[in-house]
Amino acid sequence: MTVIVTDSGFAADDWNGGFCTLDSLPANDCAGVDLPSDAEPEDLRARLDGLSLIRVDFPSFADGRGFSIAAELRRMGYKGRLRAKGHVISDQYAMARRVGFDEVEIDDALAARQPEAEWLFRANWTKHDYQARLRG
Amino acid sequence: MYQYNDFDAAFVAERNAQFRAQVERRISGALTEDEFKPLRLMNGLYLQLHAYMLRVAIPYGTLNGAQMRQLAMIAETFDKGYGHFTTRQNIQYNWPKLKDVPDILDRLAEVEMHALQTSGNTIRNVTADHFAGAAADEVEDPRPTAELLRQWSTDHPEFQFLPRKFKLAVTGSAADRAVIRAHDIGIQIVEKDGEIGYKIIVGGGLGRTPMIGKTLAEFLPKADLLPFVEATVNVWNRLGRRDNKYKSRIKITVHEHGIDDIRARVLTRFEQIKPTFKGVDRDLFAQIQQNFDAPAYRNAPVDAHTAMRLANPAYASWSDTNITAHKNDSYAIVSISLKKHGATPGDASADQMRVMAELAETYGHDELRISHEQNVILPHVHQSDLPAIYAALREADLATANIGLISDIIACPGMDYCALATARSIPVAQEIAERFDELKLEHEIGALKIKISGCINACGHHHVGHIGILGLDRAGVENYQITLGGDGSEDAAIGERAGPGFSAEALVPAIERIIETYLDVRSEKAETFLQTYRRVGMGPFKAALYPDSKASAA
Repeated sequence: MTVIVTDSGFAADDWNGGFCTLDSLPANDCAGVDLPSDAEPEDLRARLDGLSLIRVDFPSFADGRGFSIAAELRRMGYKGRLRAKGHVISDQYAMARRVGFDEVEIDDALAARQPEAEWLFRANWTKHDYQARLRG
Repeated sequence: MYQYNDFDAAFVAERNAQFRAQVERRISGALTEDEFKPLRLMNGLYLQLHAYMLRVAIPYGTLNGAQMRQLAMIAETFDKGYGHFTTRQNIQYNWPKLKDVPDILDRLAEVEMHALQTSGNTIRNVTADHFAGAAADEVEDPRPTAELLRQWSTDHPEFQFLPRKFKLAVTGSAADRAVIRAHDIGIQIVEKDGEIGYKIIVGGGLGRTPMIGKTLAEFLPKADLLPFVEATVNVWNRLGRRDNKYKSRIKITVHEHGIDDIRARVLTRFEQIKPTFKGVDRDLFAQIQQNFDAPAYRNAPVDAHTAMRLANPAYASWSDTNITAHKNDSYAIVSISLKKHGATPGDASADQMRVMAELAETYGHDELRISHEQNVILPHVHQSDLPAIYAALREADLATANIGLISDIIACPGMDYCALATARSIPVAQEIAERFDELKLEHEIGALKIKISGCINACGHHHVGHIGILGLDRAGVENYQITLGGDGSEDAAIGERAGPGFSAEALVPAIERIIETYLDVRSEKAETFLQTYRRVGMGPFKAALYPDSKASAA
């Protein structure tokens, strides 16, 4: 099982639309897609309108490519749900939210080790944000 | 100098509270050591050979007297009474206890300082020309640009888990005192047709694969700085190698893809990012710039300095080497050497820090700088105050007259502190300095930069030393390789390896043979070591270094 983390804390996954891979997307009518951390967001540009959830994989919390992928998807105008999945730690929650992720999906083991309170501690991610200040 | 606004102060306080919690969670086990590591690193905390090491940022090397006093207090309260100034304009404490670190960070915050992003795979402390705002040859003070970049890079959500560290340096002069060509991004403020802009250099770096940076943009309008730098880091964050940490720096990415390919990618990304900056950053830049107005210069005669030069040869010698021309004719830039012969390069005791703070407050418009060459600068001193400053420095053992000379050595901490080191660096620097002091040849030799690294990671900048020394481990024995002709200035060059390495015992004699050769072959006293090397090449030096191999070849 997995846990979905948002600004209001832990919840169960409410997404029932399933996920396609990038390769299988053209042949299927998927509303959700899984992106690996080495994906090229440009490949999705023409399909963004048809997608409701994009899930970006974090194979390791040290692999920060997903943060740039999210930023690029938002700059392309993607307005749907954006989820970080995998090894994301609570200390990265504010970063994830600031680059445009709506939520983080973690496994039960991580949720047990880093309980809800640790994630809620960073739910104030809109505060103390140099980027917001520099971009207006 | 830059003064924190409410936002900066609240940011640092919040960040310190987070780190305090992270330390507690590490102790409780909520964070694994693997997970804690990048968090402590982005707050400046390393694990070294013997203990934790805290690296405190001195953004673009600028600080005031109160900040220097606080550094002294921290050295005494939480460490062993000294600190070590580094080549990236930081100060390192070598012996803090983990439990004390959150308290140290709070003490730093009291004087608007922090240890943010001084380590880890993130954008590091932004460095700048240590003569910024005082140099006679400056197009514009680089510090407002560096401060804007500091704010932009601080906690940047996209760039806290990069493939590797990322270093920025800024200079406002054509004469490069900030080694911008050996940084991931080097920025030079330039003027074209009356407009001020930036030349952007990318992909420089030392380490095991030294590279001189390449020009990414010849002239970037000032307003485009943040989106352009963000585009560059974004391209590298996605493209940079994560499979091999020795190939992860942007210099390798640029090398593997070619500068034209990287430029094309950056420009595409830049067009996408630019609209997300709406000009607020420019307003902020204008506000930041006001913090760096020139001090209220004093108008007074400078006779005291001139008279003292005639009366006191030691003073004359000190002022020959340790004083640089200021843009104001009545002023001078004073370099305080932290390279006393036989001392650890870059170390200062708490007492010495307080003396330097006091001098800045009394005579220096309350400004100090840390240079990448590990010395301390009083950037704005009226020349009439130089004799008093000299006297106070002598009293504190800080009046060594060797700036730019053979004993003004950059040395990494080496095996005395560092977990990565393969050889000692500090004792080597000490021996070379003491030997040439003994020979009384230092001033005869003139301008010469020796740089020493205790491992291949090149923290001691040996690749850009006129004489570079790299300490390696050969089957458990220290072995020192010598490179010649390196240069960290605007004519940047990577030094050339002279040949097989030397044992610790044979090293100083080898350096002596290099110097004897130089004194022998230079065309005149005014021809510096580097100029001589460029004229005559490696040949004569190699012959002097390896006399036996010459004989056997003949």
